[in-house]
Amino acid sequence: MVSHEFSSIHRPPAVLALEDGTIFRGRAFGALTESGGEVVFNTSMTGYQEVLTDPSYYGQIVTMTYPLIGNYGVNEEDVESKRIQVAGFIIKEPSRLYSNWRGGVSLEEWMMSQNVAGLCGIDTRALVRKLRNVGVMRGVILPGEGGDDAVGKARAVPSMAGLDLVKAVTTGEPYDWNQSLHALHKQTLPDGIERAPFRVVAYDFGIKQNILRNLAERVSELHVVPATASAEDVLAMKPDGVFLSNGPGDPEPVDYAINSVRGLLGKVPVFGICLGHQILGLALGGKTYKLKFGHRGANQPVKDLDTGKIDITSQNHGFCVDADSMPGDGVRVTHLNLNDNTVEGLEDQAKMCFSVQYHPEASPGPHDATHHFDKFIDLMKKQGG
Amino acid sequence: MPRRNDIHKILVIGSGPIVIGQACEFDYSGTQGCKALKEEGYEVVLVNSNPATIMTDPETGDRTYIEPIIPEALERIIEAERPDCLLPTLGGQTALNAAVSLADLGILEKYNVELIGAKMPAIQKAEDRELFKAAMASIGQEIPQSAYVRNMQEALDAIDEIGFPVIIRPSFTLGGSGAGTAYNREEYEETVRWGLECSPVHTILVEESVLGWKEYELEVMRDLADNVVIICSIENFDPMGVHTGDSITVAPAQTLTDKEYQLMRDAAIDIIREIGVETGGSNIQFAVNPEDGRMVVIEMNPRVSRSSALASKATGFPIAKIAAKLAVGYTLDEIRNDITRETPASFEPTIDYVVTKIPRWAFEKLPGANATLGTQMKSVGEAMSIGRTFKESLQKGLRSLEIDRYGLGCDGKDKFVFHDPAHPRYRKASDPVVREEIEKKLKIPNPDRIFYIRYAFQAGYSLEQVFDLCKVDPWFLANVQEIIMMEDELRAIKDDVQPLISS
Repeated sequence: MVSHEFSSIHRPPAVLALEDGTIFRGRAFGALTESGGEVVFNTSMTGYQEVLTDPSYYGQIVTMTYPLIGNYGVNEEDVESKRIQVAGFIIKEPSRLYSNWRGGVSLEEWMMSQNVAGLCGIDTRALVRKLRNVGVMRGVILPGEGGDDAVGKARAVPSMAGLDLVKAVTTGEPYDWNQSLHALHKQTLPDGIERAPFRVVAYDFGIKQNILRNLAERVSELHVVPATASAEDVLAMKPDGVFLSNGPGDPEPVDYAINSVRGLLGKVPVFGICLGHQILGLALGGKTYKLKFGHRGANQPVKDLDTGKIDITSQNHGFCVDADSMPGDGVRVTHLNLNDNTVEGLEDQAKMCFSVQYHPEASPGPHDATHHFDKFIDLMKKQGG
Repeated sequence: MPRRNDIHKILVIGSGPIVIGQACEFDYSGTQGCKALKEEGYEVVLVNSNPATIMTDPETGDRTYIEPIIPEALERIIEAERPDCLLPTLGGQTALNAAVSLADLGILEKYNVELIGAKMPAIQKAEDRELFKAAMASIGQEIPQSAYVRNMQEALDAIDEIGFPVIIRPSFTLGGSGAGTAYNREEYEETVRWGLECSPVHTILVEESVLGWKEYELEVMRDLADNVVIICSIENFDPMGVHTGDSITVAPAQTLTDKEYQLMRDAAIDIIREIGVETGGSNIQFAVNPEDGRMVVIEMNPRVSRSSALASKATGFPIAKIAAKLAVGYTLDEIRNDITRETPASFEPTIDYVVTKIPRWAFEKLPGANATLGTQMKSVGEAMSIGRTFKESLQKGLRSLEIDRYGLGCDGKDKFVFHDPAHPRYRKASDPVVREEIEKKLKIPNPDRIFYIRYAFQAGYSLEQVFDLCKVDPWFLANVQEIIMMEDELRAIKDDVQPLISS
């Protein structure tokens, strides 16, 4: 428990400038530094630590719709990568004191130690309404009063469509992963998950560690390769299955990965999540498009079209697979989002692949969809291991 | 699944008279449920002994009986009306108990009335502490260590096992009546005796005390296709030991990480499935040890509860209405969300504000009543408020109580004034009488505790000292402290408010 003086009105000023000319005036939170990115919002009421370390948020300034953030501090376990990935963080009210048995450091100290800019004390609801109405926008957090060129700086932030952000977050070198789920998460798994004797190769497009933990919980060998690994490289590793990870931004410019996946299809079971799902969709001949304000939160209802079951899912994506673009030869849409009927899952049985747009690994979010990892194991079993 | 067409007439039991522990929240849920059933074209037969309810308005049901909620009267109504089914989950514990009696007496079977919403085995599993304990063990959920006793000798054997302090909970009672906490042998014997008397089945549960632990509640909904959603999480300002109905409660939960919240969510889903509540809402309470995060299940209400009303208003998800529709066969994805009107009810509300519920007591009308708060509910109502911060909603809630306060301080109504020696109620912060009173009021839960937390901070107690005395989570205490800090800042600049306006 660390307490600072109650000082919100004494914090130095800072602003958020948006490309449409709007300026939100608030107070600095975290590092006093200038930072630009695509401004998006997340509706999860818990899990800010996981959100901040999710590489899919690379290049984005994330606003939390829940107003009170930092309440339980930051701990060593609940991270999704080695560092904070967001370009900036916007909240209504930072907690002066954190209270949780696992909390080790305050959110603000953590952000400062990693030089991540934040903004607090603005009307985040007004900002979110604007993003919902207008769509996501480029923006910049600036310490101080902003100055005349604030909006110009927001407009100078590169647009996300057409940008390959995967290169910035993928691993440089291949590595092996062994760590299974944290005790707290494992507690809720059905008993008797055994490590199947499978070798899985996971493409790192900005992979969340909880995906690796979920896979390592279920398979004996897990190798992570850079996004640029070719199909030949991967097949040479003789995998029983290939996993396509989540990652930031637009899938279309990640053409090298789309090509690699084409080379894997039909040869080995493939499972994709989020960006991995979009890349699979593109490799199968479909198209993707940008959503107005994306899906970012932990309460998205998804319906399994085969069983009628509904999972409440964790999501984080700004792009989406176009259902109408999918070629009619074997690929089918397996899951739909009940809020806006967008594609949430694909499957091509002949090509031994399936994918989901949402996050079965949760973290943050509900565990309803964990069964997809087991489905991947079953698919590998069916192929004779 | 579409609505059931094999049933036409549904009997709904109300909650009867308003008593402490069961107020008009069940009129709210019952009315909402009846409207939903009528909307679907079912014939609704309604029984409630309390005519001062919206529910008994002629347009709410097709047939309304103002009769006592006792098996004899209910049997006559069933005989005359021949309903196809009985929905017992909207009228609080009274309706649920009445349904249990009707089932036990064979009346439901005799007239071929089907229980919908919750079946008998589910009600028994949730309400009978021994069955509940076994059910939790079977799904790997911890509950506080406990023993189920039927007489004093068994009670004395049990206490040797468990050790003090313990909580005594009689089976099948209303608003926790007959319940109590015992710190020593003398208190224990007294509470056991009273508890055995209060329980209609003369059984009580003696339970490991989790006093001072953090208390949480989840509102859960399930449909016939086994879809489960969590409507709302609630964190109690007052730690374990104070009945939820007497606690200041806050939605959503404030101090759980996502990992811990999901653990609780998973537990809640496992619990509603294991207990077997087929459709509708349930309320599940948890306690969490602030030292190490150990989570135990406290109880489950297999029905619409007091907290459901709060959760409905807090999130905009009409729990009773949806529960009624689920009971007649709809699934969550087939029901529209009332707020968006476009998306289905199979979602989990997420909010961008804080909801605070503050109980309202009326001890001034009950001279001689013991105003100490414990496991038996004593409040007679509540105020709910919404704010963008906890501080804002707490202040609005306190102002809404109609106790002649304008919030936490700054209203000239404080009992102790520490900052102004000229004030008629000025007291020195070092005054031992004042300090004794503050410490007592923090230690022993009472209706004024929130105000005494403020006095404690003003009298110079540190956050750690206040926490040690009252065990209210430091996060909440820090927020209370911030209200006082703002008050001090305002006082310091009372002659020149410009710095505040420009900031």
